[in-house]
Amino acid sequence: MNTFLQQVINGISQGSAYALIALGYTMVYGVLRLINFAHSDVYMFGAFMGYYLANNRWVQSRLGTSPASAIVIMLGAMILSAGLGILIERFAYRPNRSASPFTLAFWFGILGAAAGQLIGQSFATLVAGAGIGILIGVVIEKAGLRPVKQDSRLGLLIIAIGVSLFLENGGQQVFGADPKFFPEIIPTTLMNFGSLKVDSQKLIVLGVAVVLMVLLNLLVHYTKTGKAMRAVSHNLDAAKLMGINTDRIIAVTFAVGSALAGAGGILVALLYPRIDPLMGVTPGLKAFVAAVLGGIGNITGAMIGGLILGLAEVMAVGYGESTYRDAIAFIILVLILLLKPDGIMGKGSTEKV
Amino acid sequence: MTHKLRQLVLCLLGIAAVLVMTSCSPKASEGTEIVVGVYGSLTGTDATFGTSSRNGVEMAMDEVNKAGGVLGKQIHVIVEDDQSKPEEAQTVATKLISKDHVVALLGEVASSRSLFAAPVAQQNGIPMISPASTNVKVTQVGDYIFRVCFIDPFQGLVMAKFATKTLKLKNVAILRDIKNDYSVGLADVFIENFKKMGGNIVADKSYSAGDIDFSAQLTSIKSSNPQAIFVPGYYTEVGLIARQTKKLGINATLMGGDGWDSPSLIGIGGEALNGSYFSNHYSVQDPSPAIQKFVGDYKARFNEIPDGNAALSYDAAHILVESMRKANTTDAAKLRDAIAQTTDYPGVTGKITIDKDRNSVKPAVVLQVKDGKLSYVETITP
Amino acid sequence: MKKWLFWFSAIVVLAAMQAGVRDVIGPYYFQILILVGINIILAVSLNLINGVTGQFSIGHAGFYAVGAYTSASLVYYGQTSIRAAISFLPHMAQDVVLLLLGLLAGAIAAGIAGLAVGIPSLRLRGDYLAIVTLGFGEIIRVLILNIDAIGASRGFSGIPLLSNFFWVYFFVLVTVVVVHNLVDSSYGRAFISIRDDEIAAEAMGIDTTRFKVMAFVISSMFAGIAGGLFGHFEMNLHPNSFLFTTSFYLIIMIVVGGLGSIEGAILGAILVTVVLEAFRGFGPFRLVNFAVLLVLIMLYRPQGLAGNWRLFRKAGAR
Repeated sequence: MNTFLQQVINGISQGSAYALIALGYTMVYGVLRLINFAHSDVYMFGAFMGYYLANNRWVQSRLGTSPASAIVIMLGAMILSAGLGILIERFAYRPNRSASPFTLAFWFGILGAAAGQLIGQSFATLVAGAGIGILIGVVIEKAGLRPVKQDSRLGLLIIAIGVSLFLENGGQQVFGADPKFFPEIIPTTLMNFGSLKVDSQKLIVLGVAVVLMVLLNLLVHYTKTGKAMRAVSHNLDAAKLMGINTDRIIAVTFAVGSALAGAGGILVALLYPRIDPLMGVTPGLKAFVAAVLGGIGNITGAMIGGLILGLAEVMAVGYGESTYRDAIAFIILVLILLLKPDGIMGKGSTEKV
Repeated sequence: MTHKLRQLVLCLLGIAAVLVMTSCSPKASEGTEIVVGVYGSLTGTDATFGTSSRNGVEMAMDEVNKAGGVLGKQIHVIVEDDQSKPEEAQTVATKLISKDHVVALLGEVASSRSLFAAPVAQQNGIPMISPASTNVKVTQVGDYIFRVCFIDPFQGLVMAKFATKTLKLKNVAILRDIKNDYSVGLADVFIENFKKMGGNIVADKSYSAGDIDFSAQLTSIKSSNPQAIFVPGYYTEVGLIARQTKKLGINATLMGGDGWDSPSLIGIGGEALNGSYFSNHYSVQDPSPAIQKFVGDYKARFNEIPDGNAALSYDAAHILVESMRKANTTDAAKLRDAIAQTTDYPGVTGKITIDKDRNSVKPAVVLQVKDGKLSYVETITP
Repeated sequence: MKKWLFWFSAIVVLAAMQAGVRDVIGPYYFQILILVGINIILAVSLNLINGVTGQFSIGHAGFYAVGAYTSASLVYYGQTSIRAAISFLPHMAQDVVLLLLGLLAGAIAAGIAGLAVGIPSLRLRGDYLAIVTLGFGEIIRVLILNIDAIGASRGFSGIPLLSNFFWVYFFVLVTVVVVHNLVDSSYGRAFISIRDDEIAAEAMGIDTTRFKVMAFVISSMFAGIAGGLFGHFEMNLHPNSFLFTTSFYLIIMIVVGGLGSIEGAILGAILVTVVLEAFRGFGPFRLVNFAVLLVLIMLYRPQGLAGNWRLFRKAGAR
């Protein structure tokens, strides 16, 4: 019985991690109908930002290991992740649907920076390369090359894959490919409930995750911005006609989703203190499965999906064959989708012809 | 110009600009240089292993070049990345051999990728020295394939011996990485030997490389009450496994193989690793001047302590150069013979002798993690 | 008469090339050429499901893997008995028989896998279908990782080298011709109608179930052939060659090339394979630059590089 309860606790904490990431997937899907494959890499980025913040001397000297420092690190990472999300939306996804100046300059700037780094191996050449790249990009754009606005969902998906590859490989170059240890910014104490050992860290993480989810719910259902987000996810064109600045709302959606991903990154890094640039790949895939499981586009569904997935995985691994862990997620998915093709909370939509 | 034509021209200009900006790779000047190929996983899931081995080779070759090169020529190293993908290993091996005309190949760390590249080397008659592939099959591909590390059958025996003779253990659980042939192979050999020596395997669980949560497997292992858990995986997961073991209140000793070896191991595992043991190729603490110089030089250049892969690659590179000197040529067949005759080469990873199966006969050391540092326990000879 | 002439001359040309091409371009470029050919087969077959029938499938690597491992298993474990049975043939002919048997086995196994994936997918639309196909690809890979007889995580080694330029490009030709003829036929029009408007197609009396499953099965059979050719070329197989990232690269090929057209799939396969190789010069930034290039191509030419360009006369294509 004890083992079982222990496994249940394991499953819930695993599930809350998946749920946090799944929320971001489902929100972006809601407004853009896009499976944002780059989302899992924002999660990784958040963890790394937390790592750099926690190891930053200023933070260490001013705040030590107090709860204040943990909050600062968390918020800092969330804000930086939101920033990354906004950048991605602006320069990778938006050009596909509306005017987006400096897109070429942005990407050429990155290519230039890579070239600079390759040629000179120094910060100066990197900046010089970036500068040249941006210049060339601006010139070509002024001369008339503009992104093509197209309603292609598959095209957007490929762009998402491209951004994901970019973040993963870029991360390996910038952060280094070796795994790093995420410092313990929240001290951990082992608490005993009978013979059950529960780690206070796990409880704190679960608590924070729940708080974030509640805040998200408040945002989406009780604020004007939230209303606009829901409107955009219902029907983009109608929302535009109603006077909603859809570009801004989509940017906000990305920012919020990315902040959640960043928070998820830090929370997971607290529980499992190893971070590396590829840490988002598998959790991202599983979180996406969780989002679909719960009915993609549905926020409560994402949370439920995450929990179910976490529990199922832990049970399967603990009592069955651990080698099939990766496959469990998908087997469950297939089974549930066979019964409920729109996901658990998904509303079956009748298609009008 | 019409709009579409203008777009096309600008597009092409943009591409041209990009290509001009970003194409730059120094070309080897053949004739005055000896070209050696290094392939490894510089990106992808095993990026740290490839980077370590590349560093080891580069440091070794720089030393050789500074001392005047070999056979009157400087060594030019070409490094290729196989992205941790098996079929890429074959592609880059082919490229290095047929396009860059390397005289020898150094690589790979992962046996599965070495197995893809070895047939290419063998078919083309180019010697290949693997620094750290421990699967038996690698050198069986052909007589041009060598390795400077011990093989899995030996390493599994080492830890089984240590567990029974030194630690006097009877009940051990296994936690292996199912995605990793090294881990699976080592686990199987350990089990075989441990049972032969009278031990008992109480549980056999597995995880996948990349996993971060092992509580399910560990909780299950806990219920079988082992005295020790053998975890023959890579340091990337071992650190976390150690932490979670302690958090779940499992008091078993942790043991492992050379996959644990990395400067990041203790960083990730922390105090949870204290009291655990693993077999390795060498000990950083070994007071021998050669090893200390190697560690010092590596640290100065790459800003981290060298791990097993770096040390083995360093040795492999030097053995290659030594063999060139002995054979007095870079002719493939003669070079192969010279490598095969390597006897008692004083490497940083121990005295290396290449046996008739083209594997290395050398002792293994058992290290213990004590107070956050690695400390030498004993040496086990074959 | 024209058909026989076409095939006869194609075989003659390929055989002639087979004799000399490796020596002319060198083993490295030869290898790239072979991989391009295999990728073309994969891309053209994937295009049948995604581009022509409009079913969003991102699990093609699974069928690829099934074909590869099945073919390799049959040949590796069966070669002594098969060779004994046909010992009256010269060695080269024996090789051919072995290869063709392997490919046949691979195609059938992959086809069965396609059936297994296609049927549950009938109830699913769009993104749900995508994730399920992705899931199947992963499930297949995890299964392979656990079967010791085909190497599991060690990989399957010792596969005899049976593929060569002739066979790879012969099957490229077969795939292109078959898919083209399929699309140009009433079956093709059914596929396209499903892509364009599934409900209208049903209303017009087209058995969408039958055709969707047909698309999956045919497509996966060709992927299986590609897998067999791959295994017998690399002489080794490892589950890491069939990760979901492989499926992603295949999708990239058909979209970058131009979704919906065979020309696009061919172009995309060639381009992506070649660019990935060419970008080795960028060292550690190889994939970073590839990713940026990908984003830029999709932003500035979302209809793919082939776009609306057509080489083959085709009815009903987009």
